[in-house]
Amino acid sequence: MEDEVRVAITTDADLVTARAEGRAMAERLGFPRPDPTLIATAISEVARNIVVHVGRGEIVLKPFEDAGRYGVVVIARDDGPGIRDVEAAVRDDYSGKGGLGLGLPGARRLMDDFEIDSSADSGTTVTMTKWRFRDELASLREERRRRA
Amino acid sequence: MSVAILRQGEYVIASILSDLSDTEVLELRHELAEMVGRHRSRGIVIDVAALDVIDSFVARALRSIVLTARLRGADTVIVGIQPDVAIAMVQFRLNLEPLRVALDLDEAIALLDRLTQGDAVDGG
Repeated sequence: MEDEVRVAITTDADLVTARAEGRAMAERLGFPRPDPTLIATAISEVARNIVVHVGRGEIVLKPFEDAGRYGVVVIARDDGPGIRDVEAAVRDDYSGKGGLGLGLPGARRLMDDFEIDSSADSGTTVTMTKWRFRDELASLREERRRRA
Repeated sequence: MSVAILRQGEYVIASILSDLSDTEVLELRHELAEMVGRHRSRGIVIDVAALDVIDSFVARALRSIVLTARLRGADTVIVGIQPDVAIAMVQFRLNLEPLRVALDLDEAIALLDRLTQGDAVDGG
């Protein structure tokens, strides 16, 4: 199992690095197209939030693999002032500083799991995951199990 | 800058050569607005085939280039959006109005020819 990758985020040039690392990890793990692009796009949004709103933070990319499935966990972390209203930040009509409020709700739609943990004391951590079953059959079985 | 900008007759053609930082995207917007004014260009083609990611920032910048150019009297056509990028943009629900797109450079030039010809007829 490969190691996690950390990208320090301080300027907009670091977004380019974070996107490329995320895409490369997704491709190494075997994600089919267009998933590497979806993951890279979501990373771009959460990394930009760090640059625009806080100025300093990091993106951690963690691979996970087990018998049935594989995935990429993306963690965007900063110790800024936190998001005052997390619920609003992921709503489509929210307009934060310098944006149209598209970033977080858009990133959430591109990934499978999406969580924000934010407070004035500890800053903001966005954890989002994209995962895939090893085969289509496993995926169908899982879907049926969920519906049942 | 990772963009090659050249003039072809009344048009400006900007080919993005690699993934761009936000700063480079804003520089491109500035450069294109300048060129349209300086050379009285009637049309802009932006080739985005080298962009691996079009996120909310890039989409907004492209829209802003289109609207700025329109105020300066030029139409803009975007070419070369990668298939995976197109899927990501749809899933993201990025608003692309009023972007005009074409599959390749030839199609973009033909589209601009039609657009600017229409103007010429209107103007008598």
